[in-house]
Amino acid sequence: MEIFNIHGGAKLDGRKSLTADLDIITMPIPDILHIPLQQHIGAPAEAIVNHGDRILKGQLIATSKGLISAPVHSPTSGTVKRIGDFPAPHPSGLPVLTLTLEPDGLDEWAKLPEPLNIETATSQEIADRVSQSGIVGMGGATFPSAVKLNLGQRYKLEMLVINGAECEPYLTCDDRLMQERTEKTVMGIKVMMKALGVPKALVAIESNKPNAFKAMEKECIHDDNISIVHVPARYPMGSEKHLVQALTGKETPAKGMTADLGVVVHNVATAFAVYEAVYHGRPLISRIVTVSGQVIKKPGNYETLIGTPVSSLINMSGGMTDTPKQLLMGGPMMGQPLPNLDVPVIKGSGGVLALNDTEMKDKNVMPCIGCGSCVMVCPVGLLPLDMASRIEHEDVDGADGIGVRDCVSCGSCNYVCPSHIPLVQYFNYAKGRLKEQDIDRRNQDRMKMLAQNRALRDEKTQLALERKRADREAYNAALAKMQTISNTTKENNNTGHNTTNEMDIK
Amino acid sequence: MLEAILSLTALGIVLGTILGIASRYLKVEGNPLVEEIEQMMPGTQCGQCGYPGCAPAAEGLVKGEAEVTLCPPGGKSLAAALAEKLGVEVDLSKMENKEKALAFVNEDLCIGCTRCFQVCPTDSLLGAPQQLHTVISDICTSCEDCIDVCPTSALSMVPVEKTMQAWHWPMPEKYNKEITL
Repeated sequence: MEIFNIHGGAKLDGRKSLTADLDIITMPIPDILHIPLQQHIGAPAEAIVNHGDRILKGQLIATSKGLISAPVHSPTSGTVKRIGDFPAPHPSGLPVLTLTLEPDGLDEWAKLPEPLNIETATSQEIADRVSQSGIVGMGGATFPSAVKLNLGQRYKLEMLVINGAECEPYLTCDDRLMQERTEKTVMGIKVMMKALGVPKALVAIESNKPNAFKAMEKECIHDDNISIVHVPARYPMGSEKHLVQALTGKETPAKGMTADLGVVVHNVATAFAVYEAVYHGRPLISRIVTVSGQVIKKPGNYETLIGTPVSSLINMSGGMTDTPKQLLMGGPMMGQPLPNLDVPVIKGSGGVLALNDTEMKDKNVMPCIGCGSCVMVCPVGLLPLDMASRIEHEDVDGADGIGVRDCVSCGSCNYVCPSHIPLVQYFNYAKGRLKEQDIDRRNQDRMKMLAQNRALRDEKTQLALERKRADREAYNAALAKMQTISNTTKENNNTGHNTTNEMDIK
Repeated sequence: MLEAILSLTALGIVLGTILGIASRYLKVEGNPLVEEIEQMMPGTQCGQCGYPGCAPAAEGLVKGEAEVTLCPPGGKSLAAALAEKLGVEVDLSKMENKEKALAFVNEDLCIGCTRCFQVCPTDSLLGAPQQLHTVISDICTSCEDCIDVCPTSALSMVPVEKTMQAWHWPMPEKYNKEITL
């Protein structure tokens, strides 16, 4: 099959050999689990259990709120210790609402929903099951998967692309998944094809994963509808828009979705989660996490319960030989620095990396020399150096004008910059500021409208009051007039005799 | 005598008519820029800028008496828009968005006097006589008008906690200009 070129990108040192040949090990249940109620893009889930409740494995503990949201389930049986704020695995270290669970070690399953009959199930039923099971995009974006499985209703779709590129260095969780759980993953892919109503699926695997490729190819050898494709190991091949471009030669429009091209992309680990949900009714309560880096004593791939503290995971891997220079959740290119070791593993965490000096880029930032390396590698075709210099001078609108919002924060420009300029941080800063401005503007428009409504209402009330007063005055005047008249008449009556007398006299 | 009166009256009528027509057709309109600027302002007449309302503030801006950073509810985005409109340079990095705080009713102190919601420019305060009042925090503009009128100090401004959704990466630190070789 023909593979098309993508613009730019960088050839990275994979560093996957640390964990690529190690079997997935299931982590024992940790002493404590911190389960954030927001592990996905969209609205946070709402807790439906209370402090002190005993909950079972797989039990729904928080329901989704709103259209784009995902529920959360209990990873094991135990007692709810606390529902409150706890630091999130996020560079800000800011707290999110988190349910703390003390496992009882029994690992007792709750009653799970019946498996779906894949032959008779409708696409809506599959999407509903995926939605109820709390499945989100496991490549790291954590977009609720059910929403992406329903796209068939709004778009004319031709193809499902399964993203097994795993282009981030170090990470091998998807590689191992494809090798060890091949059959189940392929069954998951078939379920997804049915839900989307697409006739064919492509599984894209980077060429640095020959074993995963062989395993998947063997599994699909009799299936004409699923083809396994080698894509070049070129970062960021795993970015969904770039993967689609490499496979179809078509570029996704700016601010558009791959569905505009008739293609939907799902991660390979998501396909496995869908298999578990549809064939066994099991919600998403664990994932495979690659623990790696020179500082880690025993790197490996661990099947980890959602909510496991990073410290437990690192202890399981034999601990650290030294204080790491950098702790990351995710890959080294797009991963987020961790505020501390207590934060939990969440649905989107593919890796935990502890890196030392030799594995990291020099942090000694120097002035831009205008070499243009960043322009050459930018996979979106932007001008990173130009954008960064505008942002440095607080001209975020100027940066917006040359497309900073289209930046996918892949980090290729950072990687090649000879002056070690943290370009992506500039762009993340600018994107944050632009979002803030949008929200500000929207709020101000609303305030203006509310203030105008209020002013209008006040004016009306004032007018009504004035009218009322005028009416009242008129009424009073009329009343006064009538009274005077009646008084005069009365007086006349009272003094009737006199009058007559006077008249008589006259 | 009669001729003088008649001619002066005629002159008066003619000139008066001309002046009347001229005042209608050659009317000097208010500075259109002031109106435009006023349109851009939040329009809540909160007075936080020191001017009695948004229209006087707009006039002040056009005259050059006021800084474009004067409007706290408008924040950085309004300051940037004003600077562009008026063609002035402004260093927005110096203007920290004032820490957002929302009005909050202490229900132990509220006596249901209705004064606060009478002054609220966006109807974010809700209540009825002799009933507890409350704040719809979603539409509170942080203008603090209600704080001043509350007779029992039941109203206070409570800072909004930073959430993860509202967080974004800070600007990277500038490089060290003294390069050591």
